[in-house]
Order: sequence, then C-alpha cells, then structure tokens
Amino acid sequence: MSDPNPAEAPTETKTPGRTRYLIPLFVFLIMAGFLLKGLFMDPRHIPSVLINKPAPEFNLPTLYNPEKLISKAGMKGKVWLLNVWASWCGACRAEHQVLNEIARMGIVDIIGLDYKDEAADGKRWLAQLGNPYTEVLVDKSGRTGIDFGVYGVPESFLIDGEGVIRHKFTGPLYYPDIKEVLIPKLNEIKGEGK
Amino acid sequence: MKLFKTVAFIGLFLISGFAGATALSSYTFEDKAEEQAFRELTAKIRCLVCQNQSLADSDAELASDLRREVYALWKEQKSEDEIVDFLVSRYGDFVLYDPPFKPSTYFLWFGPLFLLLIGAYVLSRALKSKTEDKEVELTEADQQRLKALLEDDNDNQETTK
Amino acid sequence: MIPEIGHFALVLAMCLAIAQAIFPLVGTLNNTPSWAGLARPLAWGQALFLTIAFGALTYSFLVDDFSVRYVASNSNTLLPTAYKVSAVWGAHEGSLLLWAFFLGIWGAAIALLSKKLTQEVVARVLSVMGMINIGFVSFMLFTSNPFERLFRAPAEGRDLNPLLQDIGLALHPPTLYLGYVGFSVAFGFAIAALIGGRLDASWARWSRPWTTAAWVWLTLGITIGSWWAYYELGWGGWWFWDPVENASFMPWIAGTALMHSLAVTEKRGAFRSWTLMLAILAFSLCLLGTFLVRSGVLTSVHAFASDPARGMFILVFLLVVIGGSLALYAWRAPTIFSGGRFDLVSRESFLLGNNLLLTVFCFLVLFGTLAPLIYDALDWGKISVGFPWFNKMFLMLTPFLALLIGFAPLMRWKRTDPAKLMKSLRTAMIISTVIGLIAFIPAISKGSLLVPLGMFLMAWIITSHITGIRHRLQHKKGVHNLFVDLAGKGRSYYGMVLAHMGIAMFILGATMVSHHGIEKDLRMSPGETADISSYTFRFDGVTRTPGPNYMANQGKFTIFLDDKQVAVLEPQKRTYMAQGGRPMTEAAIDWGLTRDLYVSLGESLGGGDWSMRLYYKPYVRWIWLGGLAMALGGILCISDRRYRTAKRKNKQPAQTDASNTLATENS
Repeated sequence: MSDPNPAEAPTETKTPGRTRYLIPLFVFLIMAGFLLKGLFMDPRHIPSVLINKPAPEFNLPTLYNPEKLISKAGMKGKVWLLNVWASWCGACRAEHQVLNEIARMGIVDIIGLDYKDEAADGKRWLAQLGNPYTEVLVDKSGRTGIDFGVYGVPESFLIDGEGVIRHKFTGPLYYPDIKEVLIPKLNEIKGEGK
Repeated sequence: MKLFKTVAFIGLFLISGFAGATALSSYTFEDKAEEQAFRELTAKIRCLVCQNQSLADSDAELASDLRREVYALWKEQKSEDEIVDFLVSRYGDFVLYDPPFKPSTYFLWFGPLFLLLIGAYVLSRALKSKTEDKEVELTEADQQRLKALLEDDNDNQETTK
Repeated sequence: MIPEIGHFALVLAMCLAIAQAIFPLVGTLNNTPSWAGLARPLAWGQALFLTIAFGALTYSFLVDDFSVRYVASNSNTLLPTAYKVSAVWGAHEGSLLLWAFFLGIWGAAIALLSKKLTQEVVARVLSVMGMINIGFVSFMLFTSNPFERLFRAPAEGRDLNPLLQDIGLALHPPTLYLGYVGFSVAFGFAIAALIGGRLDASWARWSRPWTTAAWVWLTLGITIGSWWAYYELGWGGWWFWDPVENASFMPWIAGTALMHSLAVTEKRGAFRSWTLMLAILAFSLCLLGTFLVRSGVLTSVHAFASDPARGMFILVFLLVVIGGSLALYAWRAPTIFSGGRFDLVSRESFLLGNNLLLTVFCFLVLFGTLAPLIYDALDWGKISVGFPWFNKMFLMLTPFLALLIGFAPLMRWKRTDPAKLMKSLRTAMIISTVIGLIAFIPAISKGSLLVPLGMFLMAWIITSHITGIRHRLQHKKGVHNLFVDLAGKGRSYYGMVLAHMGIAMFILGATMVSHHGIEKDLRMSPGETADISSYTFRFDGVTRTPGPNYMANQGKFTIFLDDKQVAVLEPQKRTYMAQGGRPMTEAAIDWGLTRDLYVSLGESLGGGDWSMRLYYKPYVRWIWLGGLAMALGGILCISDRRYRTAKRKNKQPAQTDASNTLATENS
C-alpha cells in the first residue's frame, strides 16, 4: 500500500468514524426487510377507501322487476351484503356456492348487483346456479360500481344499518371468509346496535 | 388461495380486454388544445385493471367507463382538481400516477430532498478534506530521495513508452 | 435424452461452481498455490457445462420437443425458427439459464485474458463469480428447472408471447444480461481487493476495461429495450419508469459512476472507497433487479410470472451476496487508504461531483420504485409513483450532470486554472447560450422552459467537446492529426468524446419528442384524411392478411407531405392462433432522422370505420442513436492501446506500488 508522505499518514488513517462504512449495510438491511414484507403482499390489490364511510347513493332497478327501484335510503336499518357479480365473470361462478351457503345460513341479506350485464344473461345465470339474493339490482352502465370503487368482479361490500360500508371483499368470497371475517364483522355491528 | 386470486384477476383482465373498448377517438372537443388537455389529464391517471397503463392508453373496460365519467365531468366544466377528487374519493391515491402532495405523501416528496441534502453534505466534506493544501515540507534527505526516484523513473519512462 | 443431458450438465456446473467458490479463495488465504491454481480450469469447466446446458435447451426448442414443459409453454411448431431460439430466454427459467450461461462465458473470458494479473487476484475474482453462479444454478435446480418434463407431452406448444416475437426481444435480454453479468466481474474485483486489503492502481487499470465492457452491453441492452417498447407496444412511448425498466437503469447509473470513479482511482489513486462501493452497488442493483422482476413484489408490465417462493430464494441470495459484500466493505474499507490531493477546480473534484450526482440519482430512482412497496408495508395506504414523479426527479438532476460533462474534455488532473479554463470554453459558452436563447422562440420552445434548457445543454456538450479536441490537437505534444491520435494513444479520449456526444444526442431526441410530439386518437372511414404537423394521413381501409402463426387485420395509410406521397404504412392487429384470440397491435412506422410517423390500429367500429392512433414523433431516433454512440464510445475506450501494450509490460518484473502512484499525466 502506498504511503507517499510519512508525515501525513497519521491524519489520514485516523478516519473519523468507522461507523460510516456500516451505513450501506444498514440501509440494505432495512430495504431487505421491506422486500421481505413485500413478498407477502399483493401489489395489485387496491384497498377500499370507503371503509367506515357512508356508502354512495344509488337508485337502481331490479333484475326481475325493472319498474321497481331500490335506493340507499330504502336499505336503511338493515345490515346487508352487496355482492357485485356478472354472468360473464368466471370467478363469480365459483363464488356463487359460497353465497348460496350464506343465504342458507340466513345470517345476512345479500343484495346482488348485476354489473355491466345483459338482463337475460343474468337471469339465465341465476336460474342455473341458484339465487341467494334478496334482491338483484341492475347496474348496466357500471356507474354505481364506479361509485363504490369497484375495479374488478366479483367484489362484495358489507353495509350496516346506517348505510356505512364496514368491509369490502375484493375478489371472490371463500368459505373460510364466512367464519373468519363475515360473522365476526356482523357481530361487531350487532354489538354496536347498528 | 393467493394463486387463485391472481388467476382470477388475470382472467378478469383478459375478459375485459375482449369487450369492445371505446377509444379516445369517440370524444369530441372544442379544439386541439382542449383535446390535448384532456389527454394529459387521463395520462396522469392509472388504469386500475391494467395497472401499468394510464387511463388514456388502456383498453380495459373499466378504463373506458372511467374515461366516460371523466369526459362527462370535463364537459360539465369541472376543474381538474374536482375530477381528480372524484376518482380519488372512490379509488384512493393509487389512481394517480403523480402522488399528491399531502401529509401522507410527505415522505415521498421530502425523501428525495433529504437524499439531495445528504449528497451535498458528502460532497462538501469530501472536497474540504481533499482540497486542503497540506503540502508538507520535505526534508533534505527526502528531497534527495525524491530527485533520485524521479530520475530513475524517467529512465524507465523512456524505455517503456 | 438431450434435456436430461442439459439437466445433468447443470448439476455438474453446480458442483464445479461450489468448488470454484471454495478452493481458489481458500487457497489464497492459507497460501496453497495448487488450490488457487484451480481457478482457471474450474472456470473453463463451468463454461463448458453451462454451454452444454444452454445448448441442450436450445436444441429442445429447435426440434419442438414439447415434452419439456418450458418448451411447451413458450414455443409452437409454427413459430419462426429465429424466435424459437429467442424463446429460449423468453420466460423465467430460460432467462435464468441465459444468466448462468453468461456467467460461465465471462468467467472463461477472465480465465483467458488475465495473464497479467497475479494468481491471487484471479483466484479471488473467479471464486466470487463461482459463488454467484452457485446462486443462479441452484435457483434453477431447486425452483425453476428449465428441463422439467411433462409426462404427457402435448402435440402443440402454447406459443411464445406474441409481444416477444420480435427482433428487439431477440437482442434485448442477451445484451442486458451480458451487462449484468459483466458487472459481476467488477464486483469480483472489488471483493478480491477487500479481502486482500490492497487496492492499487493496477487493480483499477485491470478492472476498467471489463467494467466498461459490461457498461457497453448494458447501454446497448437498455437502448434496444427502449426502442423495442416504442415500436412494439403501440403507445409511442420510449420510457415508462416501469419498475423493471428502473431495475435495468439503476445498475446503468451506478455503472456509469463506477466507470468514471475507476478512472480516478487508476490515474490518481483517489476515490478508492468510492470505487469499491460503486462496484458493489452496481452489481447489487443487477441482482436486485432480478429479484424485482421475478418475485411479484411490484406490478410491472414486464414482470415474469411471479412466485413468492422464488422471490424468497432470491431474497436470501441477495442477503448473502449483498449483505456479505457490504459487511466485508464495512470491515475492510476503512483500512484502504485513499490518497491524492486535488484542487476545487480539477478533474477529480468534478468527477466527484459527477459521482455524487449519479449516486443520488440512482438512489432517487430506487426510492421511487420501492416507495409503493414501502407505503403498503407500513400501512400508509396505496400510492402510485409513476412517470410524472420520476420525470421531475430526472429533470431536477440531469441538467447539472450535463453541465459538468461540458467541462470534461478540458479539465486537468489535480489542478486546473479556472481562469484559463473559462477562457478556453468561452466560445463554447457563447454559442451554447445563443442557441439556448434562440430556442426560446415559441415555435421551438412550445411554451416550455425545458426546450431552451435542453438545447443549451446539448449545444454546450457538443461545442465544449469540439473545443477540447481542437485544444488537444494543438497543444498536446506529438499529436497533430486526429486520425493518428485516434489510432494511437488518444483513443480513449475520443471514446469519451463520442460517449458524451451520445448524451447530447439523447438530450436532443428526448427534448424534441417530448415537446414537439403530436398524438391523435381518431376514428376514420376509408378515404378520410387527417392532418398532423404538415403531414396528411389518408386511411385506405383494412384488409385481412395471414402470417406464419397469426391472422392479421392490416390497415393501409398513405402519407403526404404537401401533396407529395412520402410513405405508405401498414399497421396490423394480429390474432395469434395459439394464444386464443387476444389481438396484438403491430404498429407501422415511417422512420427518419428528423421525425418518425407512427400509426397504430385500434378497433373496428363497424361500417369499415376503425379507431386508430396517429403520431408525429420528431427526432425520436436520436434517443437511441445517442445510446449507440455511448456504447461505441465505450468500445473505443476499451480498445485503447494502453490495455493492449500492457501485454508487453508483463515481460518486465511486476510493477511495485510506488512506481504506480508516481503517476505520469496521461491524456
């Protein structure tokens, strides 16, 4: 190792703080921590910004009786699950059995939202797979879906008696969700007396 | 479960790609400038389905639905902020490619500033230590040694160059 | 049979990699020359087996062996042969094999071209490369085996993703990976230096051409990628600040800083810890990029099919390699003494500024790329960091870099007289300022400050470098003729000039296309025309055209400039048979040095009407020409005589450190 001038050597080698050489390692470990956490997260998942906020207003016709309109005000006082579905949606097919089960258990009213679908297709689909819905609303244009922040199908929203969205299920509902998420949430709402 | 979700989303994406998408071409504008402005706005918004395309570019059905909504608001003379607010209140900050400047994103905007300051600090310290003129006086003996070395090296230079 | 041979070759390569990682390194530490001497043969052996493995996979593609899962997923009997070859690296497993293959090749290259180095250094460098190879080969063997068989071989494969059936794809990953792997060489050198505790000018001199070569490949890879995205994706964009693009850009930024830092370490013995740090950083970013692309941690249009299990494997690998090297750095770097004093106005200080700007920029890109992940991990919500944010950061820093570049040709080592410097550059300054001012005219600036700024900086780089050349030809002794200089000792100087000119070209292209580009979304009926800039586009309808493995709707556009026909463009909307019907856009471009005319077909709207996009892209080619110029500049630097004359120097006894630090002033 070169040492051009002995007189300078002492001041050079007395590096102020060996610790600063540890900084890169430290920064890397922090970053690695985030990457590790990232492996267990889904970057494509968009959480709802409407949780614990009032559900958007809507006034939609029903599938089986287009003259009948249902609005948000009409749902007041009831705790209900809004399930966004469509006959063209593959994942909705799998989810449907879970919805049928929830309907059978009778723990919560399920209102369907037939999203960007043809009425005839929707009816046929329900005839085929069963109808767990207390009512089926029709959102032909998708505008109500947008108001709810829907970005894929299926999605479901748990809404309490005061019209506040308490939970959003992004993607299909699975059997474990009933016991692990839906029922606890329903109890929570009941406990609050809403 | 996670795999299924992924597949489901990809499936959704593919399906929505099939359905005829309304291209930007169907909208009418007063003039070129307005069209340009609309395009710029939609370019700043992220498509939620094909998450790597802007609202302007995406063919997804949700994208064309959102474009329709944005266009409707645009025609109502709503300001850009109001339109952005419409989307953010439904989909969150994720929908904006340019993260807004608000308390939750201070980290994102001040982070770079912080990095720059660190860089400037490092630079000034490095320059300070390197540019201090600490030419130490050579002793007689050292000067002789230096002279000898230089001469010796010069000989080397001539033969190797 | 062949795939099994390939698989077996991988296993053998793994064994050799383990041996290569252990024996030479241990041999240098406890002074067992026979072990250290194993480095070269082991490297040759690795190269051999990895070549066999790669060859086996390629063969499987060429003979349509669909019993191999990877081939079945990515190929098809109708796929053109050229794309069968490029399909080898078209997806996750195969691209890993490409990485490993190149690691083998670079290792062999070192074994071949390292006669002037001490055995100790060669052994250590190859050991480090062996360790890296263990990572990649084991990753393949344990999680991503390209030779996995399907026990009911399908009759037909799924076909290569149509987006990838393209010359750009054929070239983009190989060039990029050659760059990534090349930086492992610089990394290996850094580790070798840290282990040995010595870092002298010969280390830098040796490391430099390899680092520059890696950088050249990476520059080409990024340039091709950008060009490919432009014409293939149909949106007319050339850079999206997509996480995977950033993953390739960050190593490039760090690599650029490294190259420049190495120059200082070689010439002046200064910046040693910097150079070591940058070498570790550059390669670490290459590995990080591999992680980001394959782990599913970030959304990206380029990402390979993501799998958290694979992501975990790579993360562990990252921890070992990057964590280990940074720990080594923290331990050993303080003992490496960095000498050299220099003035505030000197080549060193400006290169220091350059280093810092590039490093800060690199970290900014990293920050922006990881920010959504950080926010989500900390439960701060979901945000998107896209083009607008990155653009702001880019434009905040790069003008300063461009400004510094102008001083490069005339700065002297250690001390430059500021007055003299400004005097020499006065003409360049004036011309550049004038051009910048002219660019304020609304027709040119289009209301943006960035256009005059861009024009000023471009002119500044060009004029300052021309000044530098003139200065050199006039003042440097023995150099009168540019060509003689170029053939002789001055080649690296012209390499620098060319590379910097590449940056000026890039500035021209990026500035002009960003502010003068025009895009129109239209619905047209056959026979209708549209005007863009001074061009008239006439839509001549759509016909159906078959291709080797697709069916296309082909549009026809005739373009006129002031009533004279300039071009006929035929964009397509292709449906690939095997892919099940999702249409792909194949844009049509009439390219030119001053402008591109670009047409992309949209959807059929009924009645013969179609939606489409028409683009006018002025000077866009200069972006990639700039990249090419940079790469060529780098090649010129590598071919400098000093690296070749070093062969003769080897005949003399090994240079001692003292004579190396009494550095004479080179170009």
